[in-house]
Order: sequence, then C-alpha cells, then structure tokens
Amino acid sequence: MSKELVNAIADMREEDALALAQEAMEGGMDPVGILGAAREAMDIVGKRFETGEYFLPELIMAGEMLKQITDLVKPELAKLPQVERKGKVLIGSVAGDIHDIGKNIVTFMLDVNGFDVLDLGVDVSVAKFVDAIHEFKPQVVGLSGFLTLAFDSMKDTVQAIEEAGLRDQVKIMIGGGQITDKICAYAGADAYGDDAMEAVSLAQQWIGG
Amino acid sequence: MEKDWKTMTAEERLAQRLDGYVNTPGFEFASPEAEALYRERATIIRDAFELKVPARVPVFPSEGFFPTLNAGMSMKDMMYDYEGVAKALLAYINEYQPDAWFGALSLVPGRCFDILDYKVYDWPGQKLADHLVYQMKEDEYVKASEYGALAADPSGFFLRTYLPRVFGALEPLAKMPLLPSIQEMPMTPTALIPFGMPDVQEAFKRLMEAGNEAVRWIQVMGGLGAQVRALGCTDWAGGAAKAPFDAIGDTLRGTSGMMMDMYRNADALIEACDRFVPLMVEMAVGAANQTGVPLIFMPLHKGADGFMSNRQFEKFYWPSLKKVMLGIAEEGCIPVMFAEGGYNQRLEIIADFPKGKCIWWFDQTDMKRAKEVLGDVACIAGNVSTALMTAGTPDEVKAYCKELIETAGKDGAFILTNGCGIDHAKPANVKAMMEAGLEYGRYR
Repeated sequence: MSKELVNAIADMREEDALALAQEAMEGGMDPVGILGAAREAMDIVGKRFETGEYFLPELIMAGEMLKQITDLVKPELAKLPQVERKGKVLIGSVAGDIHDIGKNIVTFMLDVNGFDVLDLGVDVSVAKFVDAIHEFKPQVVGLSGFLTLAFDSMKDTVQAIEEAGLRDQVKIMIGGGQITDKICAYAGADAYGDDAMEAVSLAQQWIGG
Repeated sequence: MEKDWKTMTAEERLAQRLDGYVNTPGFEFASPEAEALYRERATIIRDAFELKVPARVPVFPSEGFFPTLNAGMSMKDMMYDYEGVAKALLAYINEYQPDAWFGALSLVPGRCFDILDYKVYDWPGQKLADHLVYQMKEDEYVKASEYGALAADPSGFFLRTYLPRVFGALEPLAKMPLLPSIQEMPMTPTALIPFGMPDVQEAFKRLMEAGNEAVRWIQVMGGLGAQVRALGCTDWAGGAAKAPFDAIGDTLRGTSGMMMDMYRNADALIEACDRFVPLMVEMAVGAANQTGVPLIFMPLHKGADGFMSNRQFEKFYWPSLKKVMLGIAEEGCIPVMFAEGGYNQRLEIIADFPKGKCIWWFDQTDMKRAKEVLGDVACIAGNVSTALMTAGTPDEVKAYCKELIETAGKDGAFILTNGCGIDHAKPANVKAMMEAGLEYGRYR
C-alpha cells in the first residue's frame, strides 16, 4: 500500500495518489506512515528533477499532491510528534522585487527536504532581513530576485548583514533569472543556484543532512 | 493593392516589407549623413536576417530602461512624463549611436492603468515606490474550469469575463451582451439595454479617458519614433506577439496553474493554445502594417530550459508557437524570438523551421552551440548578459563581445546585442559593447 502511494505520487498520478491516501486513512493506516510515503515520493521527485527527467510542472504537481494529502491527514496530524528539522533557512525576495514563483518553489523544496524555512515574502527590506536573522537565527539566508534591480538589493542586504555583525553566522545563497557567478561576487554572497534543488544541495552542504 | 497582396507569395510579401524597411519611401531624414547611416544599418540587419555576411555585425544594446535611468528619471517618471522619456531616448541615441532601438513598447503610460485600475501589475506612482519598475503579479485570473469558455470565444471571454476581472473600472463590462446576438431588428433592442445602464456607461467613459491618454502617449512616442529614425537609427521591433502558451500562462492561468494544467487539463490547454494562434498572428501583422517595420518581437517565457522537459515542450509549447511564427512569416513579417533564460535543451527542436524566416535572440543560451545547431536556419542575436553589463568592467565586456563575434558571428547571420534589457548597466560598459561591435565586427 505504502509503496503504491509512493509510486503514484512520484509518477504524477494525482487521482491514484489521493484515492490511495484516502483508502489508507479509512483503512486505519498510521498518518505518520502516509506522510512518510509522501516524503519518500518527494525524494524521488527531487532526484528525477536533478537528473533532468522532471521539471517545474512535476515540482508544482508534487507540491499540490503533498498539500492535499497533508490536508487529508491533518485531523490526525496534531497528535504527531514534531519532525526533527535539519536546520534553519531564512528566505525572501529582496527589496523592490515582488516576484515570488521561484522563491516559493525553493521554499517548498527546502521544506520537504527537512529544513525549517522562514519565508519573509516579497519586497523584503534590508532591515527586515537583519531583524529576522536576529530573531530566527538561521544558518542559511536565501535571497531571491528576478529583476536586474535585485543585483543592488542583494548587495545592500549582504552589506547590511555584514554591518550588523552577523555575516559570519550565516551562509548566503542567491538565485533568480539573471543571477550569475558575476552577480554572486558583486553581491558578496557565498553561492548562487540555478534551480530549487541546487538550493537544497547548498543548504545540505552548509548545514549537513 | 489589397488584391495584389492576397495573391502575393510569402517571399514577395517579405521582399516588399523589407524594401519598405530599408528604403523608407517618403521619409525625411535629418541629414543626408543620417539617411546614409540608416540605409547602412537597415541593410546589415536585413543581410544578417537573410543569413548573409553583412558588411559588419549589427550592434545595439537592448536598451530597456537604461536611457531613462541614465537621464536621471525615476521609473515613475518613465511612466508619466512622456516628453521626458522622448528627450532621454533621443539623448541616448545621440550618445551611444546604436544601430537599432527597441522602441516604445515597454515605455508604457501609467495614467491609462490608473484610470482603469489594472490589477495584474503593480507600478511606481501607484503601489510601488517611484524608483521601482512595474511588475506583474502572478495569479489565476482565469480558472481551469473556464478553458471551454475561453476556447469557444476568446474575444467574448476577454470582453465579458477577463477584462472586468483585471480592470477594476471595467467590472460592468460583465453585463455586455453576447455580440453575435445583435442580428435582425427584433433581437437587437434587448442586446442594447446594457449600453443604457449607468454603470456600464461609466465603464465606457473610463475607457474613453484611458483611450485619450493612450492617444496622447502615442503622439509623443510616434513623434519620438520618427525623430529616432530621422537620426539614422533603425527599429528592432515593429510589433509584438506571444507564444500562445505564454499568452494563456502569463496573465490568465499563472505559472502554477499552467504547469498543473499540463497534467490536469492537457487537452483543454492545447485546444486553447491553438485558438490563440490566429489572434497572435493578427496582433503581430496588424502592428507591422501600422509601423511599417516587419520585425515582430516575441518574448518567450515558460518554454525555457528548466520550465519543462523537451517532450512537454514539443507537446504543449512548440506546436502552437511554430504555427504563430509560420503565420507571421506567411504575411511577410519576421518573428524575432526573444528566448529569455536558457534555450540550450531546445535548439534541435526549434531548428525545425524553414530557412531564413526568423531571428532567434538569446539571453543565456550557449551561443557557440546555437550557431552550430541553428546557423543554417536562422540569424541569431544576443547574448551579452545584464549581469556583465551591470557588474563587469569595460574590458570584460569587450572581451566577451569579441569572443561572440568570432564564434556566433562567424560567417555572418549574427546580431550583437544583450540578453535582457540593460536597465542598470554602467554607461562605460554600454560604450564598450558598441566599440567592440564596430572594432571587431567588420567583415569587409
């Protein structure tokens, strides 16, 4: 049963996946087991993304299936022990940029890969990033930006983190449509990633897990 | 004239349009020197498009908002001060001497959107700070369940469902009658009733107001266009159209919605894309007829590397796009395919197109490979990055341009330009790019 559910999600058979999860719930299966199967499927989806078999549609569909299955088991979920998180990642679209599709996908992939992600949303001011680092204490900060104006916002944000004396406490990764290694150096970030799985790899590399 | 056009072949139409583009009958230039410069520039762009070796590589930045920013204008000024925009653009053309300019397409009039209360974008002077560029807000403005209605009657759907949803001032247009019901005397009066309703009339008043503003804008921009040409600079875009997948995905269904539709509503999605093909062709050709410039800017979004697999690209994205491109070419116009992001995975697929009928303008695609795969099929343009233009040095820019000319520009059929708009580029880097083009780009 669990194996079938894993395959249904991983192979993008949405109707089958939801029916199987429903069936499992009604059959009295442990919700931990159901969510475990969903996470196992997400691992497969992530691997297929990395190998170039899957792309955005599959990440978004997998996210949608995971959300529906989570909603399904939610009534039972409150009783579960909290899953141990690998580490904390703070993320947001930088000042002036209100694009969020890329950031949302990165947030989602970090989350399903076991990181505790705090998403500050879009057009996040430099001060808001600094305040959130003080409060949330992340090991990794992700700066997202689609527009060319984001180059300077990223630079300003990194500089403010530096000035606040927090630079050696966090690793900073950046990403977005026009981001290159040139911009990574320009902004003073530690690394940049081309897609969501690269963000996961960077976080794993820096935090472990 | 009309009859002649209908009996002409695509090649004859293209020849006639290109002749108008290069020779500009009846147009008065600022000086004989400017006229000679224009002819030289239009000729090298035409030669590159025709897969020939031009006298030299055409070179021009994708200027984006660089001219207005460089003139000290805010993004808000760019949307509200038309005369200021015109002045900034002329100063840019005079200073940098590009072979072509992009035109007024993205220099949009803010007041039109204020008047109509547009929901799909935020812009400076409205919700965004003055220094920020207008930005699109992703949402499912059209639901998956509405594909049938959209495909059955796109124009009716836009009039009565989409426009009332995305323009606050046009909500009353939801009451518009089904226009084909206006036939015969007995059926017409009931269809006229909505036009007598105060709220509908108010919506039309706002449309007239926005229309007046658009006319004021185009008077300035049209004048600017003529002045730019009079100085000897050619136009890089005479009209625009989109890939049907993007037309539906960008501002109707949204990225997430569209990506899920590929699994949940595949047939409906493909059908709607096909219904958009003639609309996109008409949009492009209509604009080219008005501007007299056959180059059609086609910004491509959701078909880039990473967005979908090649199999999905060939099923969902490429077929309707190819039909639009062929339709535009059939009318003697030239699709200029702006492939934002990377197109490295798609080169072999897009190479399946009649020879010498379009231009591929690349952003982050490997230009050496693009030349190898597409070189015999299409002129390629690009791809000096905004990152390099913003964060690099003039020497780095020059070195990159030289390398591009030697590889992508080998044996002609190449235009040296940027990937995305250079908005915040360093002026010295823009000069370096122009210099590199003139210094290294001479074929004879």
